[in-house]
Amino acid sequence: MKKIVGLVALLLVIAVITATFSYDPITDSNPFLSAYNLENLLQRVGLFGVLSVAAAFVIVTGGIDLSIGAVVCVAGCLLPWFLRDLGWSAPLAILTTLAIAAAIGAWHGLLVVGLGLQPFVVTLCGLLLYRGIMRGFTGDQTMGLGDTAEELRWLATGKVALTEQFGLPVPMLLLVGIAVLTSFLWTRTVWGRHLFALGRNEEAARFAGVPTARLTVAAYIACSLLAGLGGCLFVLDVNSAQASNFGNFYELYAIAGAVLGGMALRGGEGMVLGIVLGAALMQLLPNTIRLLGDSDKLEFAVVGGVILAGAAADAVLARWWQRRPRR
Amino acid sequence: MTASLLALRGIGKAFPGVRALQDVDLTIERGEVVALIGENGAGKSTLMKVLAGVYRPDAGELWLDGALVALKSPAEALRLGIALIHQELSLCDNLTVAGALFLGAELRRGPFLRRRAMDVQARHWLLRLGLTVEPAALVATLSPGQKQLLEIARALRAKARVLIMDEPTSSLTLPETERLFTLVRELRDQGVGVVYISHRLGEVRELADRVVGLRDGKNSGELQRAEITHERLVGLMVGRTLSATRRVAHVPGDAVLQVKGLRTAAFPQAVVELAVRRCEVVGIAGLLGSGRTELLRALFGADRALAGDVTIAGKATAGRGPGAAAAAGLVLLPEDRKQQGLVLGMSVRHNLSLPTLRGRGVLIDRAYEAALAMRAIAELEIAARGPDQIVGTLSGGNQQKVVLGKWLAANPRVLLLDEPTRGVDVGARSEIYARLHALAAQGLAILFVSSELEEVLALADRALVMRQGAIVGELAGAALTEANVMMLATSMESR
Repeated sequence: MKKIVGLVALLLVIAVITATFSYDPITDSNPFLSAYNLENLLQRVGLFGVLSVAAAFVIVTGGIDLSIGAVVCVAGCLLPWFLRDLGWSAPLAILTTLAIAAAIGAWHGLLVVGLGLQPFVVTLCGLLLYRGIMRGFTGDQTMGLGDTAEELRWLATGKVALTEQFGLPVPMLLLVGIAVLTSFLWTRTVWGRHLFALGRNEEAARFAGVPTARLTVAAYIACSLLAGLGGCLFVLDVNSAQASNFGNFYELYAIAGAVLGGMALRGGEGMVLGIVLGAALMQLLPNTIRLLGDSDKLEFAVVGGVILAGAAADAVLARWWQRRPRR
Repeated sequence: MTASLLALRGIGKAFPGVRALQDVDLTIERGEVVALIGENGAGKSTLMKVLAGVYRPDAGELWLDGALVALKSPAEALRLGIALIHQELSLCDNLTVAGALFLGAELRRGPFLRRRAMDVQARHWLLRLGLTVEPAALVATLSPGQKQLLEIARALRAKARVLIMDEPTSSLTLPETERLFTLVRELRDQGVGVVYISHRLGEVRELADRVVGLRDGKNSGELQRAEITHERLVGLMVGRTLSATRRVAHVPGDAVLQVKGLRTAAFPQAVVELAVRRCEVVGIAGLLGSGRTELLRALFGADRALAGDVTIAGKATAGRGPGAAAAAGLVLLPEDRKQQGLVLGMSVRHNLSLPTLRGRGVLIDRAYEAALAMRAIAELEIAARGPDQIVGTLSGGNQQKVVLGKWLAANPRVLLLDEPTRGVDVGARSEIYARLHALAAQGLAILFVSSELEEVLALADRALVMRQGAIVGELAGAALTEANVMMLATSMESR
């Protein structure tokens, strides 16, 4: 809970700073607080937040999934192919794409559980493999949706109007829905309790009769499934995908958001609300940099620096809390 | 009069919510073995960690050779000559014996290791401790007893003058224990001060020059060599007299657990057959490595057996995993409580409900969970601040009660226990014995493994003796004696 408070405080501080310094007295406008910018920001949070929740499913088990970006690529290239080249209906295309993503997750889980391979190795190879396959499959051509998905694109680009100027982006609403569902799954169901027990101590969980192998596979499936959903949303957002760069490094944004939000990489610790806030922070920072600086050259450096400072502050504060005498 | 080798004065240490130590005094003279005894949670381990520089005390002073010192780290304690031999051995398995011996103090020339010189010196230390291993051997290949001796060698190599041993014999065989005792006496005669922590009062009687008792984080008294008796030792620890454990004869019913033709991966040539009946307590005795733990794990389905049938009240469970075994009514309290018995980072409540939440719907049944926690804490007298206390912060005996509680909630018919009282003090021990007798009287079939013969004699209606993965004998009634068990456990395989 302390972590959540810290994250909210950090988000607010950065937002206030950005809002204050981006005010332009000449035109009496504030680009940060403009409806366009806020909608855009929330849409990005929604899209990347789905990936962070995906990453968290595997992180809970004490594993890691480096193939999220590659699965985004797979989904992003296949969905246009199904819709435009094969002329499938939208539900069929989406469900098939998600099924393929889930199958990738199942494959990861089986390799980790069945052969005892390291999650890092399995998913690192997956990262190379799936993107490579998609590049071969598409012949490095851009896969466009054309005008075959105009209605479907509402999922990624649509807004639910709140006022005349401002509407909530649909991806943000999707993220909220997924977050609520995930949170319910983690904290209220036996499945979630078992997943967290497994993350803390797999052997003890197994000795308590928890079906640890099945649970681990399920966590990898959930991760890739959500990554596949994210891939669909990303391609619906920009209308086309190119296998060589679509979703590049997204796994790192996803993992950074989850870890920033309090998911412990050793497993068994974390809250969904934290993940959403972490993902929001990951999007707010670049936005701040673009608005306050002239260019986004320093984007990576600032994002890296702020996350590192946050982690260091967290460690220092935790130590301070521990030392604090209590009565 | 010269100053004591080591003196602790008025030591206090508190953790969030717990006063672990309060105004504790302890002195150690040169050439003296001081035994430190106390129940689980009495503060022994905390005191030792203060002594070894792992914890910094909130109050009190530490005098070494008449000089006031403040220990900031274990490394500093070691430099001053205070060495702690851990209860759970802390050697890196991937190092060689010589490498482990010199870890952190490698002999070197510039950045390069002087391997040859270290091997030569290592050989000297190994010889001195009577440890017959090569300096180049890997630590992983050593027996627990050999590792213990290696840890002591490491302490001596660092010129330790105060040696702290926390339950050193808990994983040693009898000959290894005797070897260790000889060594402790030699060290004492050379002027080393030894602090010896043990729950085994027989060892304390044999070895200690002086006994210091701790209870609830405070000094509870001191005994000189001539004053040491079993009753007084128990009195120091628990402050009350315990009724001697007596074997209650149960009237066994029908066989609930039946094992036929079981072969484990560890001992593929040995075939195990056994049966345990309702209301019966059966002990498995044998030396370390005789296949006892492997047998229990295979029965529980934690390891896959090569062949064989395990039937619980007529239901076959072999090879279907711990979940299936538990559902059929067979549960295991494992040997390694911290690694296999509990999820240490989770609360008492969540640990208690872990095996039984399933089968109560998809959603967590919170009312059930809360009721279970309240009931288990009250019935088993678990000393916790509440159901939300993290299990890892409980003492060993209370942790074991949580493991027992979580499985009793599953209404088992067969209870397997692997070393049920390891690291548990006399007080909690007799509680556990009484509990097991009561459970047997209620109709449970109990099968337990113990390395302590006294425990087998005190608890079991019938004992099975294992050697090299096979059951080599069965003893009951008047034939169930220490001598008979040892004879069966140790006799050489005839070829």
